[in-house]
Amino acid sequence: MQQTNKLRPFFENLEFEREDNHMVINFGPQHPSAHGQLRLILELDGEQVVRAVPDIGYLHRGMEKMAENMIYNEFLPTTDRMDYIAATSNNYGFALAVEKLIGLEVPRRAKVIRTILLELNRIISHLFWLATHALDIGAMSVFLYCFREREFAMDLMEDYCGARLTHSAVRIGGVPLDLPEGWLGALAKFVNELPKNIKDYEDLLTENRIWRMRLEGVGVVPPEMAKSWGCTGIMLRGSGIEYDIRKEEPYELYDELEFDIPVTDSCDSYGRYLLYMEEMRQSVRIIQQLIAMYDDTPPELMAHAPQYISAPKEDIMTQNYSLMQHFVLVTQGMRPPVGEVYVPTESPKGELGFYINSQGDPYPYRLKMRAPSFWHCGILQDLLPGTYIADIVTIIGSTNIVFGEIDR
Amino acid sequence: MMRPYVPKDNVQAKAYYTDRFWVAPRVPEEPVPEEGVYAEDLAAVKAKCEVLKAYIQRDQLVIYINPEDNVEVLRILKEERWYEMLSEMSAVDFLAQRGGFEIFYQILNLNTAKRIRVKCFVKEDQAIESVNPLYRSADWAEREMWDLLGVKVNNHPYLKRLIMPDDWEGHPLRKTYPLEGDEFAQWYEVDKIFGKEARDIIGPENRDPARVDRYDTERFARLGHEVPKGAPVDEGSATPVQYQEEEGVFMIEKFNKAPKVLDKRK
Amino acid sequence: MAQHQVNYTQSGGLPVALTTVDKILNWGRSNSIWALTYGLACCAIEMMASGASRYDFDRFGTIFRASPRQADVMIVAGTLTKKHAEFIRRLYDQMTEPKWVISMGSCANTGGMFNTYATVQGCDRVIPVDLYLPGCAPRPETLQYAVMLLQQKIRRESANKSQKAKRLV
Repeated sequence: MQQTNKLRPFFENLEFEREDNHMVINFGPQHPSAHGQLRLILELDGEQVVRAVPDIGYLHRGMEKMAENMIYNEFLPTTDRMDYIAATSNNYGFALAVEKLIGLEVPRRAKVIRTILLELNRIISHLFWLATHALDIGAMSVFLYCFREREFAMDLMEDYCGARLTHSAVRIGGVPLDLPEGWLGALAKFVNELPKNIKDYEDLLTENRIWRMRLEGVGVVPPEMAKSWGCTGIMLRGSGIEYDIRKEEPYELYDELEFDIPVTDSCDSYGRYLLYMEEMRQSVRIIQQLIAMYDDTPPELMAHAPQYISAPKEDIMTQNYSLMQHFVLVTQGMRPPVGEVYVPTESPKGELGFYINSQGDPYPYRLKMRAPSFWHCGILQDLLPGTYIADIVTIIGSTNIVFGEIDR
Repeated sequence: MMRPYVPKDNVQAKAYYTDRFWVAPRVPEEPVPEEGVYAEDLAAVKAKCEVLKAYIQRDQLVIYINPEDNVEVLRILKEERWYEMLSEMSAVDFLAQRGGFEIFYQILNLNTAKRIRVKCFVKEDQAIESVNPLYRSADWAEREMWDLLGVKVNNHPYLKRLIMPDDWEGHPLRKTYPLEGDEFAQWYEVDKIFGKEARDIIGPENRDPARVDRYDTERFARLGHEVPKGAPVDEGSATPVQYQEEEGVFMIEKFNKAPKVLDKRK
Repeated sequence: MAQHQVNYTQSGGLPVALTTVDKILNWGRSNSIWALTYGLACCAIEMMASGASRYDFDRFGTIFRASPRQADVMIVAGTLTKKHAEFIRRLYDQMTEPKWVISMGSCANTGGMFNTYATVQGCDRVIPVDLYLPGCAPRPETLQYAVMLLQQKIRRESANKSQKAKRLV
C-alpha cells in the first residue's frame, strides 16, 4: 500500500489573476538548464522579466559544519564535492590555505604537478561549461564534441589519481604520488591536439548566426556591477577589468610561467564565451611550459614538517619516530597555530577563497569557503530584470555557476 | 555507569587527547609598516574612526573596529582607498567564550591587489548595520550570515533565510547546533511530506551508512537471491531467481544460429 | 509445383515470432527506459557523461527527458537535501506508472559522506527505490550496468498488473 503524503498541489507556481497583469512563475529547483538546483521565482510582464528572486540552498550539505568536526586531512575529500567539475582546484585551494596557515613550503616537483593538475582541471571545467552552455542554447553537437575531449582529459586525471570526478589529487603539503610512467607524453599529446579541437568548436559557434544572436548583448554586466557584486574570474574579466589572481597575487609556479590574461570590454555573454575559449588556449600554453619544467625537479613530493605532515612511507616503515608521528597525525590530526588566514586562488569559476580560523585545535574553529558561484548566482537578481524569459537560460549558462559550491 | 559530562555550549568534535604542557603556537601578527599601501589605508581609517587593533597576518592587513563604525570604515576604504570589492564576509561563533560573534569583512583593492580584513565583535543580541548600500555582494552574504549563524542585520532590504528552508528552526553553524541536527532537523522531510504520524512507519534515520541487514527482507533485497518481500530468510538459504536472459535473450534465440551463406560454399 | 518447405515458427529470420503479451510488453518497456534528468550534485556530471559521446546511453534506449510525465525511471543522481526532499516526492508522484527509481551514488543511497543536518539520509526515506548504485561518484559504466540490471528486473515483472508497492512507501 502506498503511503499517502500530505503534499498538496502546488499552485503558487502560476499566479494568473493579478491586478497589474504580471505573472509569477517558478523556475526550478529541478530544471534541466538551471545547472543544478537553482530555483528562480520570476515575475513576468509579458515575456519580460520584471523581478527575479533566486532561491538557493537546495544543495546545502553543511560542509562548513563538517569542517568544524573533522581534522584537516579528513576534510580534504569533502572539498572535491564543492565545484565537482574541477575538483582539484578546490582541493588545492584548501591545501594552500592550510599550508599558508602553518607556513609551509612545498617541494618544487609537487608544485609542478599541482600546477599541471590545476590547468588540466581548468580545461576540463571550461570544456564542460561550453558543452552545457551550448546544449542549453540548442547546439547539441557541440555538447558531444566537448565531452569527447573532456573524456580524454578525465582519462589523464584518472591515470594520475584513480578517480574521474572527485580527485583528491592534492594533499596538504604536496602531492601524494609522482606522475605515472608515460603520463607526460599522453598529456603532451592531449594538449597538442586540443587547440585544433578548440578551433573546431569555434568554427561551429563563433560565427554561427544563431549563437551570436542568442549571446550578443545578453547578460550585460557593467564593470561597476561586477565589482559591487564581487564577481571574479571570467565574469570580471568579461566586464573589462583585468584581474587574475594567477597574475596579481601569484601562487605556485604562476610567476615563472608565461601566459596572457584575455580581457574583453563587451561585458556580454558572447564576450565571456570568447574568453573561455582563449583561456583554454592559455592553459594549453601553461601546461606545455610545465611539461618541460618537470624533468629538472628533485624527486621530493611532500614538504618536510614532521609536526604537521607525515613522513614518506619508506620512513614510516623503517623509522620508529616517523611511525609515531604518523600515528599521531592520523589519529589526532595536525594542530596548526592559532590564527586566521584567507587565501584566494583562481579556480576555473573565479576567486575561490578559504578563510580558516584556527584555535590551535586539530579541527578548524571556523572554515568559510568563498565560492565564486555564490556571488555569480546572487547577481542574477540584478541581471535578469529587463531581459526576456528566453535569455534566462543564456545568462545562467554564461555565469557558469555550480551548485555544489554555491550551497556548500 | 556514569556518562561523562558534555558541555552544551559547544557540541562540535573535540580533540580527545591534548598534552597538558602543550602551548599552541600562534601565527605571527606583524606590526603595520611605517610606509606602504597598508600604512596609508590604516591612517585613512584612523583619521575618522577608532581602530582597536591593527596588524598584518600572512601578508594581509587586519583591522579591528567597533561594530557601530562598520559602514563608515568600509565607506572610507571603498571611496578613499579604492577597496572596491567585498570578497567575503561572515561571522565566527564565539558565544561560549565571549558571548557574541566576530564578523569579518574581506575586501580587495583591484589596483594594488591588496586585501584587508576588517573585523568587529558583536554581542549575541546586538545587530550590525547592513553594508549592502556600499557593496551589493553583502546582500547575500548577510542573509547567509543571518541564516546560518543568527547574526541580526539592520536595514537589510530582504533579510530572509537564504540557504535553509523558510520554516527551519535554529541556526546550523552555531557551536550549540550538533552536526547531525536536532530532532526537528532529523525528522524534517518526513514531517513535511508524510506528516508526523508517519514517523513510526518510516523510522529514525540510519546514521551508519555501512549498515546492511541481510535478514531484513522488508528493506533490503539481494539481486539473484531474492525472496518475496517480508519472507523470512535463514542462514545459507539461497533462492536463485530465474532470469529470462539465462535461456538466451528473447527473440534472438528464435533465430537460426548456423550461418547460411558459408554452408553453401562448402 | 514447388512446395514451400518453410516452417515459419522454427526457421530463423522470418517475420513471425510467438510470445506472450507479458514478454512483448516488457521487452518494449525495458528497451526504452526514458530517464528523468534528475541531476542533483556531482553524480549528475557522470550521468551527463554517460549520456554523451563515449558512453552513449542511447544504445540502451535511454533518453533523458526533462518532464516527469514522459519519464519511466528517475535516476536520483546526487545528494538529496532536506530542503529538496519535498520536490523529489512531487516529481515522483507526477511520473506515470510504471515507474522505477535508481538511486545513484552514496549520497542518494545513504547520505554518504554527508552525515549532517541538511542531508536526507538516503532518498529511500522519501521515495521507493529499485536499484541502489554504489560509488562516489559512480562511473558511467556503473550507471550503464544499473540500467541493464533494471532492464532485467523489468523483464521479470508481469506487465499488466499495477506495480506492487516497494519497500517503504
